[in-house]
Amino acid sequence: MIEIQQLTKRFAAHTAVDALSFKVAAGEVLGFLGPNGAGKSTTMKMLTGFLTPSSGTASICGHDIQRDTLAAQRLIGYLPEGAPCYGDMTVTGFLSFIAEVRGLKGALKRQAVQTAVEKVQLEAVLEQRIETLSKGFKRRVGLAQAILHDPKVLILDEPTDGLDPNQKHQVRKLIQSLAKDKIVIVSTHILEEVSAVCTRALIIAQGRVVADGTPYELERQSKYHQAVSLVLEKPVDSAALNALPGVAGVEVSADGLQLSVLAKADAVIFPAVNALLAEQQWPVAEINVERGRLDEVFRRLTVGDAA
Amino acid sequence: MMGLSVVFKRELASYFATPLAYVFLVIFLVLAGVFTFYLGGFFERGQADLQPFFNFHPWLYLFLIPAIGMRLWSEERKSGTIELLMTLPISRSASVLGKFLAAWVFAGLALLLTFPMVITVNYLGDPDNGAIVTGYLGSWLLAGGYLAIASCMSALTRNQVIAFILAVSTCFLFVVSGFPLVLDAFNGWAPQGLLDAVASLSFLIRFQAISQGVIDLRDLLYFLSLIAVWLAATAVVVDLKKAD
Repeated sequence: MIEIQQLTKRFAAHTAVDALSFKVAAGEVLGFLGPNGAGKSTTMKMLTGFLTPSSGTASICGHDIQRDTLAAQRLIGYLPEGAPCYGDMTVTGFLSFIAEVRGLKGALKRQAVQTAVEKVQLEAVLEQRIETLSKGFKRRVGLAQAILHDPKVLILDEPTDGLDPNQKHQVRKLIQSLAKDKIVIVSTHILEEVSAVCTRALIIAQGRVVADGTPYELERQSKYHQAVSLVLEKPVDSAALNALPGVAGVEVSADGLQLSVLAKADAVIFPAVNALLAEQQWPVAEINVERGRLDEVFRRLTVGDAA
Repeated sequence: MMGLSVVFKRELASYFATPLAYVFLVIFLVLAGVFTFYLGGFFERGQADLQPFFNFHPWLYLFLIPAIGMRLWSEERKSGTIELLMTLPISRSASVLGKFLAAWVFAGLALLLTFPMVITVNYLGDPDNGAIVTGYLGSWLLAGGYLAIASCMSALTRNQVIAFILAVSTCFLFVVSGFPLVLDAFNGWAPQGLLDAVASLSFLIRFQAISQGVIDLRDLLYFLSLIAVWLAATAVVVDLKKAD
């Protein structure tokens, strides 16, 4: 269990993290979202004991990060932003170093290194120096380092940044496979990632929490939640759609071929829309019910208006 | 202190992972030889001792030791690995000490590789080998003093060149603090006590005694406490500057 209370970090000119409080329980995968400069990385740096908070406390499974730093750090696997690694070491050398720091020796050490290498698929580059590796490989070395000691708490700062779609998929699978009894905190810019791996999403802006809930709950806040989007073969008069019960409005694209029929809160409009389509016999190429658009919610919450 | 030995091992290995170690060893050995035989007049003196060898160490170290020490923390900060290091379960003192010891052992290794000097002087004459051993010990302590200063300067900046220049300048002050160059700045206004205190900080005077084979407990304590103070300062600076 991670407990953060009134955590604040002030730098000379501005407050990066402003009285942040939240708890994360075992088994949760927390997606930590926010625009650049919102305080995500700063919060993670305080959680892992790198930065000293200006005020407030954070504790990792009962160990206060400031008073009981080493005990807390033993429980954490951390991938810092940009995945820094010692470039002059080989992948094996680096992972052995981390294993030794984590107190693993002999067969246990070899086992831990091998497991981590398999999980992030580094077999091909084991004897290469880290500085010669591509960005994707470097990121995976950083991940291997973080999961090496099978930590209770995994804190990953933008783990999929700079990876290609296949590698992103692997990393997500890895996080999902880890999650059962662990606490995972993942910061990301990629909203689809949140729906894909997180059990909970926390959006922060200017150092404060602006939303906290399951990805589904966040999607429900979108004006597109339960909206029906249509792709037509030729433009139609959308007035009839507007008149349907439960419809909040209709957005029509510039060419008139793409329509989004917005639902009022908690209204289910698909059957009515579908019936209307059948009745009017409009040439429909595509029809979808939307879950809600996280990016729209994200923008509204972090910028302040529904862009 | 398990963290200390792991950091020590990694750091020592990292010297040899790049050409740095070999370049340093070769230059150190060549310069040590040049200084001893040409500037020191090893043969001309006609004495079977290593005074001409040791006499130049304070000046040789002035440039070569900061070259070993400059990367200790600057490199970590520049590459961002300091965030990794500081979030691993290693105490601050263990990482400061581990890094310092690795550099110090490396300097010791360079010093040991000057052993042909000892063979030469033993071949040519009948030197006091006890004094030579003391001289080596003193030289190693001196290197430790320089390194502790370099370590602190390296923690101050993420730029290794700046770290090098700061370290050379600070070490230079310590070398010459017994000379008018420094003492004149205090003369006239400072009480005699302060003047004596500044003068007693001089590397050169302390080192001369040890290199001649005289081990004074006070000189040993001087070097060890100097190292301790600068390493403590390193730990403070690392904490203050790590996130910049």
